[in-house]
Parts: sequence; C-alpha cells; structure tokens
Amino acid sequence: MGTIRLHSDDNVVVCIRSLAAGEEVLIDGHLTKMPALLGIGHKLAWRDIRAGDPIVKYGIVIGTATTDIARGGHVHTHNMKSNYIPTYLNEE
Amino acid sequence: MENEQISGYLRSDGRMGIRNIVLIAYLVECAHFVADEIASGFKGQPVHVIGFSGCYPNQHADKVMNALCCHSNVGAVLLLSLGCESFNKQHLFKTIHSSGRLVHTITIQQAGGTRSSVKKGSEWVSTALETLSRQPRLPMRISELIIGTICGGSDATSGITANPAVGLASDKLVSTGATVLFEETGEMIGLENDMAARAVTKELGIELYDAVRKAARYYTIMGHGSFAPGNADGGLSTIEEKSVGAYSKSGHSPIAGMVKPGDIPPQGGLYLLDLVPDGEPRFGFPNINDSAEIAELMACGCHIILFTTGRGSVVGSAIAPVIKICANPETFRRLPEDMDVNAGKLLAGEAGLEEISLEIIDRIVDTAGGSPTCSEALGHREFVLSYKSFGPLGPSCLPL
Repeated sequence: MGTIRLHSDDNVVVCIRSLAAGEEVLIDGHLTKMPALLGIGHKLAWRDIRAGDPIVKYGIVIGTATTDIARGGHVHTHNMKSNYIPTYLNEE
Repeated sequence: MENEQISGYLRSDGRMGIRNIVLIAYLVECAHFVADEIASGFKGQPVHVIGFSGCYPNQHADKVMNALCCHSNVGAVLLLSLGCESFNKQHLFKTIHSSGRLVHTITIQQAGGTRSSVKKGSEWVSTALETLSRQPRLPMRISELIIGTICGGSDATSGITANPAVGLASDKLVSTGATVLFEETGEMIGLENDMAARAVTKELGIELYDAVRKAARYYTIMGHGSFAPGNADGGLSTIEEKSVGAYSKSGHSPIAGMVKPGDIPPQGGLYLLDLVPDGEPRFGFPNINDSAEIAELMACGCHIILFTTGRGSVVGSAIAPVIKICANPETFRRLPEDMDVNAGKLLAGEAGLEEISLEIIDRIVDTAGGSPTCSEALGHREFVLSYKSFGPLGPSCLPL
C-alpha cells in the first residue's frame, strides 16, 4: 500500500504517505519502482497515459497530459496542464 | 445533535452571538496604529481590531464594515477615525447604535493626537468590557448557528481528508436547520455543472453557473488562478484539481441560495458566497489572501469558521473563532499547537470520515460554548478588507 485510487474512472492514483526514491509500490497489480521521492498527495499514472489524454481524478477531468506518461510515472506540472488557467510556479 | 445545548448572547435583532467582543474599528489606515495601541492594553481579553485602510469611499467596504460592527459575536464598538478620511462614520455609528450595541467614536484630530486618543479609547473599552461582562449567556440552538467553510494552504490531502469531512459535517449541520456557507468560486472552476444541478431551483442553478464562469473569466484576465506555488509542492497540479478538492467542503446538501459579502442568508441551509467582483476587474485580485475571505464570510453572519489546511496555515481571525482542520498527518505532527482536528488520521486508517465529521461537530459545540480554538488561544486575530465592486444580487439567488 502507499497509494489510493479515488474513483473507478481515474487514470491516476494518489500517494497516501511520502514514498522514497526506489521504493516499490503495487500499481494495478504491477510492482513499480518510485522514480524519486514523492510527497504525500502526489499523483502517479495508474496506466500508460498518452500526450493529449485527459487526467482523471475523483472521476473528474483535472487537466490534460502534455507528454506520454508510463504507468507509475509521477504526474504533475511537468507533464500535465490545466484546461482553464495556467498553473503558476516559482522560478527555480 | 438537534438537542445539543449551546448558549450565547441575545442581540436586539433576535440573533444570538457566541462571543461578546469589544470591537475597535479603524476607518482609515491612518487610525490603525492608535487602534492597535488601545487593543494592546487588553491582551487576553475579547478586544479585537478590524478596519478599512482605504481613504477613498467604497460601497463594498462600507457594507462589510456595517455588517461586521453589527455581527452577532460583537457587543460593543469603538470607532477610530483620523478625521479627514472619506469613510461615512456617521452612518456606521447610527447603524451600530440602532442595533442596541454600545458605540463610541474617537476622532484623533479632535481628541488631542495619539497619546490622548489611546488614553480615551482605553477608558471607553474598559467600561464597555465591564458592561458586557454583566450580560448573561442564554440558551441557544445549533440551528441558530451560521458556519463558514474555507480552505487555505491546500495540498493534495485537503481534498481527500479534511474537505470531505467538513462536507459531511456540513450536511449534518444543514439537516438540523443550521446555515452553512461555502465560498471561492475561483476554486469551483470545472465544477459549475455539478453545482448548478444541486440548486433548489433551475434559475438559481443558472446563477451559480454564471458565478463560476464569471470567476474563470476574472482570474483569466488577472493572469493567475487561485493557486499558489505551495499548492503544487503539495501535489496539486491544476486549478481544476484544487477545485474538486475544495468543492468537497460543500458536502451533498441542496444549495439553497447564493449571497454576496455582507448579505446574511435569510434562513437555514447551504449557501454559496459569491465573492468575485462584478463587472470589469478594477481593484485587483478578488481576495488577496485567506483572511480577506474570512472577513467576507463573517460579514454574512458566520459565527465560526471551519478552516481546512494541508500545508499548514496558522491564521485565525478577529470576531469569529477559527477551527483548524488539518488534512495532512505529516503537517499535523509538525504544527500540533495550531491544529484543532487531525483529519489526516483517515490516511493512516485510524479513523473514518464519519468519525472525523463528528469530531468537527464536537469542536463546533465546544467553541460555541466558549472554549477557545487553537488560533484563539494563541491570540491570532487576522483581518483584511480590500476594495471591491459588486452589482445587486440576481433575482433568483434567494428562492426560499
């Protein structure tokens, strides 16, 4: 355990605790190695997602994938975007 | 829960307050320092400072100040004027006076300046506290409560634990006849159809839909959604994702109406507070921070604010006690003194949603009975009021 899928239509799961880099988590029956340290609340792809696919969480579309994302990949601002207002981030 | 006995202070309009506060209200930034100086002599006592900084008149600020000075948690008001500002202090004085509350105005330019104003103001506040301390607490029903809900410092746990738990608590409160307000249409972007379908009439549904579209347009012009970089650090990627989480605070009750800042809902039920200004953007962002949203919820009569946070906001408020419901168990461990309820227990499987919603109701009952919340005990009394402009409420907004 370590993730939760909030709705049966969702193509992402949510970390319910911080997951260490390299830690193995079961996603849709597949053991998947965490790409990096992922904080509580961050999203992982539940299945392979193609660029342009909607990202679905809570059964609701929360944005669009901007690149292909493999199952278990971190889904966040680097590979998805809002369908309404661009997300503002502090510059590194 | 209907039989739960709480108590409060009876006001002349028949409403009950859960606190008996002496409010010091400055009417322009130039009188703010003197207001703070007076309040600093009453640490640990119910003396709170609010005010409006602007020197130019504004109908919205006027309406909110009038509503807050006659808030049911307020028993007496000291108005603090510099003397040359454009705020209509005579009208405000009359409104407070005719509500039966103690009221007094100090005009610094006529009172002999800073030191003399602080002295005179402190004397008046001492007398007002003495008078209010003799007012008895009378029995009050849960259904007489107006509860505001807000989220701040959100992360991706907010929408999984604290917000749904508040939504469930909200449903229970509404079913007893209490009033619950939810807000921030800028955080309902993407949910406009779902919300419209929950309205008690089709016409109200259209008003709700239009309010969210207005917010989306407003924020697009401003170039920013209601989304801070910390939200992204906490795992939220888009405004839609933040919205779905925030929206779950509203539970599943039918939506009985929509109000704007300063309107008190006419009867029990769930209401949306539309706080995005009407017309072309004129004064900047709708709400520059969470405290500005709390001020407007209070202007709609909220006795208590339920504040959910994932990242860990520590703010409280003048006038209305803030109950902090922490969504993230890691944050709860880091900031235990600031958090009233640990909704993050849900992620560890230590409690269910039902149990947490009942814990929230217990905290409401305790708080209404006089127990201080964490932010009250720490002395938090944030307050922010800024310029806005609104048109009148649409004809279908209050169908009941």
